[in-house]
Amino acid sequence: MTGFLAQILNGVQYGLLLFLISSGLTLIFGVMGVINLAHGSLFMIGAYLAYVLTAASVPLWAALLAAIAGGAVFGAILERILFRHFRTREHLDQVLLTFALILLFEEARAFLIDNQYHSVPVPAALDFSVPVVGDFAYSAYRLAVLAACLGVAGLMVLFVERTRVGAAIRAAAENPEMVAALGLDSRRIHTLVFAAGTALAMLAGALAAPLQSVYPGMGDGFLILSFVVVVIGGLGSIGGAFWAALLIGLIDTMGKAYVPGLAGLAVFAMMALVLLWRPTGLFSRA
Amino acid sequence: MMTSAGLRGNLLLALGSAVVASMPLWAMPYHVQLASTALIGGMFALSLQLLVGATGLVSLAHGAFFGLGSYAVYLLSKALGGAPSVFLSLPGAMLLAGTAAAMVGALALRTQGFFFLMTTLAFGQMLFFLFHDTPIGGGMDGVFIPRPDLIWPVPKAWRAPVFLWLNLGVLAAMYAGLWALMRTMFGHALLGIRANEARMRAMGHDVQRLKLAAFITAGALAGAAGHMAALTDAFVSPELLGWHRSAEALLMVLLGGIGALHGPILGAIALTVIQELGHLITERQKLVEGLAILLAVLLLRHGLAGRSK
Repeated sequence: MTGFLAQILNGVQYGLLLFLISSGLTLIFGVMGVINLAHGSLFMIGAYLAYVLTAASVPLWAALLAAIAGGAVFGAILERILFRHFRTREHLDQVLLTFALILLFEEARAFLIDNQYHSVPVPAALDFSVPVVGDFAYSAYRLAVLAACLGVAGLMVLFVERTRVGAAIRAAAENPEMVAALGLDSRRIHTLVFAAGTALAMLAGALAAPLQSVYPGMGDGFLILSFVVVVIGGLGSIGGAFWAALLIGLIDTMGKAYVPGLAGLAVFAMMALVLLWRPTGLFSRA
Repeated sequence: MMTSAGLRGNLLLALGSAVVASMPLWAMPYHVQLASTALIGGMFALSLQLLVGATGLVSLAHGAFFGLGSYAVYLLSKALGGAPSVFLSLPGAMLLAGTAAAMVGALALRTQGFFFLMTTLAFGQMLFFLFHDTPIGGGMDGVFIPRPDLIWPVPKAWRAPVFLWLNLGVLAAMYAGLWALMRTMFGHALLGIRANEARMRAMGHDVQRLKLAAFITAGALAGAAGHMAALTDAFVSPELLGWHRSAEALLMVLLGGIGALHGPILGAIALTVIQELGHLITERQKLVEGLAILLAVLLLRHGLAGRSK
């Protein structure tokens, strides 16, 4: 029973990390109409940033802030010099340009850091177990990750639903011409959305670093699952991404724990079912 | 509109084939093997051209069908307890890849645009995980396989030239087959979908079925390419199915030009040369490949085959 509870919490926590990645991905699709295959690489960069900083005895919380700030600046630069010009390109061009970015990010990492596996220690202040129910205890760091992701998700929903800039983002996702007609500068909205998406992906990488190995291909699995989340959640929908990410996190964790022969295939079976039933996503209004 | 090489172009292609076929006489064995790699890349990219250039579908699952074609040789040899005949393994590879393409296509073609990209990527990776994480294909490190039996046994010294000629023959057959296919009603209907899908639907064409037929045909042809890779290398690994292979195939198509049927063959040769040069001049192959892609996408608007009319 305690094992089952731990798997549930693991699944929720994994799902929330997936949400941080896929919410940026779905907003960038929705608002800019750009498919970014290098989004998983941003996650990898965030994890390596956490590794480099903590290895230089910077505390993890500072590394997390650095991932957010660095991600926002990096994302804004990427949008200004590259992605702004990808928007009008065909899908084939976008796929190849962002694939090229993956290769270049890989080389940059190999050049600046290395190609090795690394581990990031759990911060000492959170390196204990919290009793949850009866004799069931759960890692404090994992609980903190869970809380942090929920906090970020809450802030994001508040921002998108309750502020003027958030309203402009929603408008840009629904009807780009309308935004221009209202006199809003859609280019600034694009820069903002891309910077936020990059910051979220790098934050997710830094948060995940103490939970798993930090290694070159670590973004690949997350990229694929984020796409599954976006397909299930529906394009450009933050709420859809949230529920779909939780669902996928739980299915993947449970599947791997209780049906190991199937490995990670349960998630794809789920996606196939959704495509059969509602090809535009479970949470789309269409 | 998809152009073909024209009379002069086809003569040049034939001349190029003759040069490639004569390579065992004057080139180093290593370069003969490299030429085989380029020819297999040409088959792979040519099969994808049926989706990208002809139908206007950008799929990221194509690498998985190529890999399934390779693994068909492994699965057959395991089932038979020895090397299968090539007359069994080639159709078997195309059947396996085509069947998988039918299943992936039936689901993924329910979506459009970005969603089609994402679902093909996800299902392609599912097939990759199937061979990477379960024991079905002999494990994540790959396995050596017995080569399918040709009509006569090939002595070791003759392998590289014989496989080169074989690959050249299969590529030529595939090119001729697709050339003929694009002249049928089916081929014209696919071009119609690429030009204007709504109009084709309004004219009463079953667009969904046409797309699925193209997806299955392209998948089966990618399986044939994968089969030839397994036969040439006698080794299969899960990386053959990965989405990076699909992206590479798209790159070959784009390098060669999406408007011309023979473009992917030129693109495959170009990519093989770029990768080989990258290997020779630097340790950082990905840097060379990444920069080559950026340059190709940003500057080479019509590919090596030139502007389509």
